[in-house]
Amino acid sequence: MIVLDVIIGGLLTGGIYALLAAGFSLQYGVSRVLNVSHGEFIMLGALAAYSLYVPFGINPLVSLVILGPIFFIIGSLTNRILFERLRRIAGSIEVFEGQSILVSFGLLFIIQNLALLAWGADERGYKFLVIPINLLGSIFAANRLVALSLAVVIGLSFFFFLVRTRLGKAVRAAAQEETGAQLIGVNIQWMHGLCFGFGASLAGFAGVLISTMFTVSPFMGLPYTIIAIIVVVLGGLGNIIGSLVGGLILGLIGSIVLHIEPGLELAVLYILFMLILLIRPKGIFGK
Amino acid sequence: MDIIRSNPERFFLLVLSIFILIILAIIPSYIADYYVSLLVSIFKFTVLTVSWATFCGPTGYISLASAAFLGTGMYVTALIGEKVPLPLVVLFGGLASFLLALLVGLASLRIRGIFFAIFTLGLSEGLRHFMNWWEISREGRMGRWVISADYLTIFYTMLMILVMTLLTSYLIRRSKFGVALQSIGEEEEAARHIGINVNAVKVITFAVTSFWIGATGGIIVTQWLYVDTSTAFDVSYSFTPTLMALFGGIGQIYGWVLGSVVFTIITELLLTEFPYYYMLIFGSVIISVFLFFPSGLVGVVIKWRKGKLVE
Amino acid sequence: MPIIEGERVSKNFGGLAAVVNVDFHIDQGEIVGLIGPNGAGKTTLFNLISGALATTAGTIRFKGENITGLKPHQICKRRVARTFQSVKVFSNMTVLDNVLAGSLFGASTGMRMHDAKAEAMELLEFVGLSAKEGSLAKDLTIANQKRVEVARALATKPELLLLDEVMSGLNPTEVAQVTELIKKMRDKGITVFMIEHVMKAIMDISDRIIVLHHGEKIAEGTPSEIAKSQKVIEVYLGD
Repeated sequence: MIVLDVIIGGLLTGGIYALLAAGFSLQYGVSRVLNVSHGEFIMLGALAAYSLYVPFGINPLVSLVILGPIFFIIGSLTNRILFERLRRIAGSIEVFEGQSILVSFGLLFIIQNLALLAWGADERGYKFLVIPINLLGSIFAANRLVALSLAVVIGLSFFFFLVRTRLGKAVRAAAQEETGAQLIGVNIQWMHGLCFGFGASLAGFAGVLISTMFTVSPFMGLPYTIIAIIVVVLGGLGNIIGSLVGGLILGLIGSIVLHIEPGLELAVLYILFMLILLIRPKGIFGK
Repeated sequence: MDIIRSNPERFFLLVLSIFILIILAIIPSYIADYYVSLLVSIFKFTVLTVSWATFCGPTGYISLASAAFLGTGMYVTALIGEKVPLPLVVLFGGLASFLLALLVGLASLRIRGIFFAIFTLGLSEGLRHFMNWWEISREGRMGRWVISADYLTIFYTMLMILVMTLLTSYLIRRSKFGVALQSIGEEEEAARHIGINVNAVKVITFAVTSFWIGATGGIIVTQWLYVDTSTAFDVSYSFTPTLMALFGGIGQIYGWVLGSVVFTIITELLLTEFPYYYMLIFGSVIISVFLFFPSGLVGVVIKWRKGKLVE
Repeated sequence: MPIIEGERVSKNFGGLAAVVNVDFHIDQGEIVGLIGPNGAGKTTLFNLISGALATTAGTIRFKGENITGLKPHQICKRRVARTFQSVKVFSNMTVLDNVLAGSLFGASTGMRMHDAKAEAMELLEFVGLSAKEGSLAKDLTIANQKRVEVARALATKPELLLLDEVMSGLNPTEVAQVTELIKKMRDKGITVFMIEHVMKAIMDISDRIIVLHHGEKIAEGTPSEIAKSQKVIEVYLGD
């Protein structure tokens, strides 16, 4: 029935959104970088998964495990090379935030060009677990359900990490109030690198999952970045858990709009986004 | 910036500008068509950059709405270009942008810092998606045919718009408005308390500078026979003015002009010489500017001159 | 008629009552001090008067006109100016330009650049900063930055000047200089309402003192009355 279709479809998309928003939120919340190239990391994850699967037959689920740490390292290095230096030069946090958007824009161009050189401009895709499964009267493809489950698993693990572990709590503290966190002994520079790295890993995961369901190309990044921005604003900038929930909500809204008036989903999301900024810029869950 | 300081350097720049203007006015007869359209491109980006920087420079806000204004101007021409004479169309393009900016400005008065940047980005992209949906589902089309104008008309119209933009910017900066904008950028709360109507200043400046962006869109679109939402509302039009202004040096008008001219020429060169690597180089240049030359070209020039004085 | 009076002025932030039913009045030409422990609501009261914050309840009248709810720039144009607890000079502008901004936008209308500049120079002289006119405000010492703020506020031609802890962070010599400056301003006809923690200075210079605690006015009177007030002593010792 339709309602179930909409809900499950919404959760599927929402799960992916939640992952990519969480990574983005980490990078902005803690490292204070509004990383416009976040989507490019997603794209790299997707293309890497493709390149591991198609010529070498490496299962995307395995790719998740391989690529996670690699992306973490890339992310931490990027932070160290680009943003730490910028942090030192910038006069104030506002200036840093403004400049880091633009630096990440430059990064976007570089990564996209490198991807174009490595993979070419074509869209490509692969078939993974394209088996129909009957769930409560509706048909869903197995890969989507697997992707959803993995998104849930990763999301929940991340959630528990944030809420139950000491390091996770330190991360949340740093995202809410950096000076306060420093005062209680959090090494903030190390934290910046850690969170930027984590954010990149989450982007990589999202990319791998996306590649199991949709076609991928070097140009797929920016729309996902925009969605990440919208989710993070909706959930509250700096509120990492809020972005997990926000992603799910946005996925549901998108799914509903898709059923009513296809083609308008993104426009509706944007309008929602602007309304939130106008009315409650701290987001639904923001402090 | 000491407002009252009498400045022989400024006078020199003024004379130089008039000289350049005269050359530009007569040049189309002497150079190949390719260079004329390159110049048009340079004019376009300079208008975008100067308009952007007149508001965003002193206040420190980062507006990513330029694509929305440019696209609006383009679509006005696409919609009414056949029924209305060209000069009016361009004017209406400017007016439409002005009104849009007025609305956006009024709505976003309380939005500060990075939120303003992403709000305006949301506006640009949201407008693009909305127009795309509208065109496809309500109008049943992907794009529109546009009236075309001959390249000389385009050249001189753009030149005129450029001159007007520079004049507007100069007048704003040198007037009380300029002092108000700077004060707002420094300490908005204190600016309110010395009698500056901060909201009015912000909205008016934002709207007035957007007029020229819309007018530019209105004329530039006649270069192509066909326009669609991805071309009109291309998001890079939102980022490039910011980059060019910062590349040139954020403090001075001549810095913005220098930045956009050099940047456009470099982009053009990269596109023709290294089409496969141009984004890579472009991105690297952007990053280098921020990491190594935060004061832009103007900063480099100033350092170079200081170095010479020291000798 | 007092130059400014407030009637049952209150301000709530969510559940927190920052200013509670404060009545106050100041006569033209007075120097009135506003004291109280930290968090008593002093700066909040200033914010309510200057329009930076909206009142939750109560009315504020300036020269008989109800100014409650007006925006800061409108209140400035009606000749109320203020300085800030954390100095808000325009850092990257010169000292002269800071004061010039005040001259251009304050209560005067249609001032020409040339005249505004002359006026700004005079004010710099008045506060003792003529030598620094070309320096960038951010390069000055705190004491001098406070002078810039005062000069900028004076440039808007106020009849009432609100000074928020203008003496904090100053050494005794500087405190004495500021005291002199305030007296000079009073001699020019400006009414002064000042928040201060430097007790000796405010006791010396004020005609009257108002004491706030937890947002309420708990005492009001001449400095000697206040110094002897049991309530006030308890409030300060108790903290």
